[in-house]
Parts: sequence; structure tokens; C-alpha cells
Amino acid sequence: MNYYDILFYLFAIITLVSAGFVVTTRNVIYSAFFLLFTFFGVAGIYVLLAADFLAVVQIMVYVGGILILLLFGVMLTNKITNVDIRTGTSNLLPASIAIGLLMGALVSAMIYTGWKVQPASEIPDTSIKNLGALLITDYLLIFELLGILLLIALIGAASIARRDKE
Amino acid sequence: MLQVPMEYYLILSAFMFTVGVAGVLIRRNAIVVFMSIELMLNSANLTFITFSSYLGNSIGQIFVFFVMTVAAAEAAVGLAIIIAIFRNKLSVNIDEINIFKW
Repeated sequence: MNYYDILFYLFAIITLVSAGFVVTTRNVIYSAFFLLFTFFGVAGIYVLLAADFLAVVQIMVYVGGILILLLFGVMLTNKITNVDIRTGTSNLLPASIAIGLLMGALVSAMIYTGWKVQPASEIPDTSIKNLGALLITDYLLIFELLGILLLIALIGAASIARRDKE
Repeated sequence: MLQVPMEYYLILSAFMFTVGVAGVLIRRNAIVVFMSIELMLNSANLTFITFSSYLGNSIGQIFVFFVMTVAAAEAAVGLAIIIAIFRNKLSVNIDEINIFKW
């Protein structure tokens, strides 16, 4: 068992345990904070997979952007006067049957499919230089369209969440 | 580099996806359902990056970049919708949001 295995198991356990807490805690604020640990664990796994640029983007976009938005959402949708921050669960029995079936299908598909893998010595470099070159050559149109999508989402979110002046 | 077998990463992402599905099915708070959707998107990203690294092909990472952008846009618009619903109905319980049902 070398360092890579230990790091993999460490990040995997952080990710899965905090993901479980996100789904099971009754307090929405706790869910948001456990989601933080899940995102950090996934970023660590990305580093182990030699995707360092995406690990940084994961922390910046998810932790710095989406999680903050979610916390704002939690704070704006709770009644200040009566503390109603806890929520329950429902449909436990049918949901657990469906989840068990889905998990069996997914895990068996992941294990028993003969995935095509390059031999470890022949794997070329997938570094940030390669990524940047692809983004401004082959995928330039999609890159620009994503900019427009973000602008539209910004305007749409602001106009939906705005309070109408009567 | 890449010492761990590829199936371990795939199984980890399968477990993460299942946890996300569980959250969508059993939780009734719209914001927690939202977080579970983010979990599912993350597990799909993890699968993309696993295949990208083990095949030595950067296009998987490009796709993950695009998925993250769309996830950010989705989070902004979705939370705006949740806030607008909360302003009208004073609740984010998705069982009570049934105005399209008949």
C-alpha cells in the first residue's frame, strides 16, 4: 500500500461520508457545510488523477461560487421569526428500494465492463497546456457560447429573483 | 502516476451518484434537492476525468469544464426560482409546490 492508495482512500472516505451527511442531516446549514467537504474531497481526487487545473477550478467555482449561492438561498428562504431550518425525509421505503437497484446496476456496470485502458507507461500528458490549446482551437465556439450562457443566466437570475415594484 | 486501478474511481463515482439520487428522492427541502443534484453532477465529472486521465485524452477535461460552467448557471437560475417561489408561498417544501398539478 503506497502513498497513492492512502491518499485515494482518504479523499474517497472524506467525499462519501460528507456526501452521506449532506443527504441525511436535518439541518440545511449543516448540509451546506458538509457539501464543502465533499467538494474538497472531489478536488483532491482530481489532483490524484493529474487534473490539477480542474481541481483548482472545482474549488473556485463550486466552493467559491455555487456553495455561497446555496448559503444565500438557505438564509433567504428561512423564516426569521420562527426557526424552521430543519426539514424531514419522506418516501423512505420506495426510495431505498429504488436506490438499492440503482446502486447495484451502476456498480456492476462499473466493475464488469471491460474498459479500454492505456498501459500506464504510454499515457500521454493531459496537462493545462494541452487543455488551453484545445479550448482556443477545436472548442472555441462552445467556449464563446458558454460566455453568452453565463451572461443570460446572470440576467435571468437577477430578473427572476427581483422583487416587483407594485 | 495513476497507481490506483481505474475501477476504484468509477465505483467511487457510482456511490456518489447514488447518494445524490437518494437525496433527491427522500428530502423535501428544495435547497437540499439542489445540493443533491450538484453531487450527481460532481460524480459525472469524476467519471469524465477518470476516463480522460486513463486514456490520455484531454477532451474529457474540456467537457468537465463545460459541465462546471453550466452547473454554475443552473445554480444561479435555480436559486432565483426557489427564492421567487418562497416569496409567493412562504415555503420551500417541494410537496407544497403543486400549482401545476390537477
